[in-house]
Amino acid sequence: MTAPVLEAEGLRKSWGGVAAVDGVSLSVHAGEMLALIGPNGAGKSTCFNMLNGQIRPEAGRVILLGRDVTGQAPRTVWRLGVGRTFQITATFGSMTVLDNVRMALLSHHRRLFSLWRPAALQYSAEALAALARVGLQEQADRPCAVLAYGDLKRLELAIALANEPRLLLMDEPTAGMAPAERAGLMALTARIAKQAGIAVLFTEHDMDVVFGHADRILVLDRGKLIAGGTPEAVRADARVREVYLGGGVH
Amino acid sequence: MLRVEGLHAHYGQAHILHGISLEVAQGEIVCLLGRNGAGKSTTMKSIMGLVPPSAGCVEFDGRDLAGRPAFEIARAGIGYVPEERRIFTELTVEENLAVGRRPAPAGMKPWTPERAYELFPVLGEMRRRPGGRMSGGEQQMLTIARTLMGNPRLLLLDEPSEGLAPVIVERMATAILALKREGLSILLSEQNLVFANAVADRACLIETGQLRHTASMAALMADEAVRARYLSV
Amino acid sequence: MDSLIVQALNGLASASSLFLVAAGLTVIFGVSRIVNFAHGSLYMLGAYLGWTLTAHGPLAQLGGFFGFWGGVLLAAAATGLIGAAIEFLLLRRIYRAPELFQLLATFAVVLIVQDLTLLIWGPQDLLGPRAPLLRGATQIFGLRFPRYELFLICVGPVMLALLWLLFHRTRFGILVRAATQDREMVAALGVDQRKLFTSVFALGSALAGLAGALQLPREAVNLHMDMAVIVEAFVIVVIGGLGSLGGAFLAALLIGELHAFGILIFPRITLVLAFLVMAAVLILRPHGLMGRKPSGLPPASIASPPLPGTPKWLAQAGLVALVLLLVLPPFLGDYTLSVMADMAMMVLFAASLHLIMGPGGMASFGHAAYFGAGAYGAALLAKHLMAPMEVGLIFAPFAAGIVGLVFGWFCVRLSGVYSAMLTLAFAQIAWSTAFQWVEFTGGDNGILGVWPSEWARGKLVFWYLSLALCGLGVVLLRRVLFAPFGMALRAQRDSPLRAEAIGIDTVRVRWVAFAIAAAAAGMAGALFAYGKGSVFPSFLGIPRSVDALVMVLLGGVQTVLGPLFGAVAYTGLQEQLSRVSDLWRLVLGFAILALVLFFPGGLAGALRAREERA
Repeated sequence: MTAPVLEAEGLRKSWGGVAAVDGVSLSVHAGEMLALIGPNGAGKSTCFNMLNGQIRPEAGRVILLGRDVTGQAPRTVWRLGVGRTFQITATFGSMTVLDNVRMALLSHHRRLFSLWRPAALQYSAEALAALARVGLQEQADRPCAVLAYGDLKRLELAIALANEPRLLLMDEPTAGMAPAERAGLMALTARIAKQAGIAVLFTEHDMDVVFGHADRILVLDRGKLIAGGTPEAVRADARVREVYLGGGVH
Repeated sequence: MLRVEGLHAHYGQAHILHGISLEVAQGEIVCLLGRNGAGKSTTMKSIMGLVPPSAGCVEFDGRDLAGRPAFEIARAGIGYVPEERRIFTELTVEENLAVGRRPAPAGMKPWTPERAYELFPVLGEMRRRPGGRMSGGEQQMLTIARTLMGNPRLLLLDEPSEGLAPVIVERMATAILALKREGLSILLSEQNLVFANAVADRACLIETGQLRHTASMAALMADEAVRARYLSV
Repeated sequence: MDSLIVQALNGLASASSLFLVAAGLTVIFGVSRIVNFAHGSLYMLGAYLGWTLTAHGPLAQLGGFFGFWGGVLLAAAATGLIGAAIEFLLLRRIYRAPELFQLLATFAVVLIVQDLTLLIWGPQDLLGPRAPLLRGATQIFGLRFPRYELFLICVGPVMLALLWLLFHRTRFGILVRAATQDREMVAALGVDQRKLFTSVFALGSALAGLAGALQLPREAVNLHMDMAVIVEAFVIVVIGGLGSLGGAFLAALLIGELHAFGILIFPRITLVLAFLVMAAVLILRPHGLMGRKPSGLPPASIASPPLPGTPKWLAQAGLVALVLLLVLPPFLGDYTLSVMADMAMMVLFAASLHLIMGPGGMASFGHAAYFGAGAYGAALLAKHLMAPMEVGLIFAPFAAGIVGLVFGWFCVRLSGVYSAMLTLAFAQIAWSTAFQWVEFTGGDNGILGVWPSEWARGKLVFWYLSLALCGLGVVLLRRVLFAPFGMALRAQRDSPLRAEAIGIDTVRVRWVAFAIAAAAAGMAGALFAYGKGSVFPSFLGIPRSVDALVMVLLGGVQTVLGPLFGAVAYTGLQEQLSRVSDLWRLVLGFAILALVLFFPGGLAGALRAREERA
């Protein structure tokens, strides 16, 4: 097996003295879809934000492509090859669909502080190609504010893919979508990931999505990993069953 | 008593509730069950007017409350206990209760701080403590007590057992059953099936913002296939 | 040593008044999340009402003790009622509006109150009565110290204690504290927020009124009290932390003492000192000494459609207009030409503010600082180095740009209201430097004899020069807007989260935009100086900053051409108004209110909405 794209070792973070994430280690490989699941308050978001650089861990290391990126700002992590989608889509509402992707390309090519040449003349073909990858090329000239939510999610994916990332971090990729559209988005993500050899780490609540599309699943409960493995193994795990169905009253 | 029909809700453009319908009868405890992200909390917030419904009706005692501001819904007799507890951390226990205090409707035995301390004796031992310096379980009791001070007839309880130690969960179940005996109707949301079974009469299973299944609690406990489908991994 | 003690006591006395004003401001912000620019106006009203009521109020014929103290308390109560009325009639309608509109609406109130006060009480300073029982002086450490100052020193801590009791011992106070932390939860518990907000406004306003009335025995009542106090109150509230009473008290002591001792050491730059302290505090603790990160709903942002390309008819209309502007002037009179030149400068000034307000999404309440920096830059060069106009015009944008880089470094790091307050504070500092540093800037007398070079003295040539430079400036700004940098600027406004996630350094982008806007404003300012032949501190004054804001909002924030329309319409309107009426502030104030309440999209926005409907 090749070296993992992302490796986290012993991540720890507490809020007000309570450990939200306590010694989590994980790794994701190229082309792999890894799901991180767990009940409410298990520490998924905190864990995710540490990998992405939004939160600096108290202990532990994050290693991206063999390079220590612990606590680096999100924009630095992005330049090193990490694309990100958000639970509630974050796109540029005042721009067209095409310009949203163009923006990412301009940033990728370090043209942000260019003051003269109109942006509209730059990277149009590349941006269109990125949109075609997620099937949005028909909508390229529409304002992004009028897109259906499912299309916004695909646009986010196109933006996240614009700098040819090696790792994709997706925070609840299907949240807020109509149930029927969910499988489509995940199948698309999986296909692109396999083709381009991108490692994908995602959190998700919809179990159909998780068990339908993840190659491997990690289960987090109260800040600790309690199980991990193939979907079948996780489904059969007694402890997982217990944390999901609860306990405590006899 | 409470009838919700065809409730839709959005966060910005994200469509969270896709037409939820449910009812709670006088004196009944109904439990919304589902994995996290299924839409349980949003249903509660939508009933309470904190996430205004984009379509549908919320009828309480025959009066349509959909689209009304939260304070009117509270005054109509619905009490809301949020999942994140949201106690006022800089206010003491007494002061937190004072914020919730509202006159009782005629014929109802009004809630007083003393009665709240009877229900949750531990609160009575820390009346002057700021909310920020209480444990999770104590905060959970305080947020329920605070809502009771408004003398609601229907209580919306969002995941009261979340993040609590087993002993405290047990105490919480006892308190909820005591409230039921007083005639309070309760709409509860839970992920903890054991806890739900201990207190609820009926269950509504929610998935991706839609009501999928409703049954008496006993029937649900007997139906392993349904449980596995909607609740387990 | 002795004088140090007296200074320390003086500092404590000022701290008390400042605390009263800042306490009201901070309590109002805590609950309503509105930064009330009109709070200084309420303070001024308190002083004027106090002046009237101590002399002619219902208790005045009792004379002496009751006359004075009754008058002071009545003035505070009356100010409270006025505050409640402002909340009830105006602010209640705009709680859900974007922050910028709320700030602007309270600004409109400032303008209206200024003219109403002028109408009622006249322009001259009014001397108040002495306080009964507290006349004369007392010996302290063998030094004579006025009794009234000693009384004021006690007022601060006493009011802090009373407010503490109010907020901890009454249901109203407990609700206020609860709402400061979590408004939504308070509503979910059945509390009608509207009543709470109105009463909090009444309380905060009454505190400001009390502070104003208590100034009567200390200083003459005048029409500049509002702006003087609001800037200091902002500084205090920001240092203390928005919404924190204890923080306001600490910060008031700090600023009061800083003033008292600053006058001994740097008499000219006391405001600058206060500001330096604020900057230091904000760098170390971005939410103030005792503040915390405000929770709750993010502010509503101004929705923006994609920037349109220029439609053909508009390009053609623009071409026709340009031809007219080139061909017609030789047939126009000098007066018309100079009004047109002013308009051109205002268009550039407004367009520069638009860059940071519209695409940048930042509010600047002190954009005149950069206009003035350009004007003073050119004028100082002319005065001290005999530099000709050509040199001045090249130097001015750099001077303003550098000032923009320095001020902007702080402003772009803070969010929303903190940033807006900071821009205002910086502008006041720039103004007070121009006003107080008489040796260098000429103070109130300004700098005269800033004339254009020989070849450009004719009104016609100067018009063409203005048109060329302002036109060039606007074209450059527009170019920037459509370049990758302009896109990055809009990107960080639309979604800072996404922008950072695709490698955009949002702070840096805002900072560069701030400097570019400052440089463009500086160019407009320098031309303005040469047009008038002189510069004055009013070039950097708050009214000029408000002009820029109104021009941008009048035109519409979301459109590229908005500032152009806005500047022309506004300058023309003001020109007409000032000819027919002295009460232009009053009219302007009501115009702003109408704009905020009924046309939040501005002229160009309304035009486009109509086009889309058609």
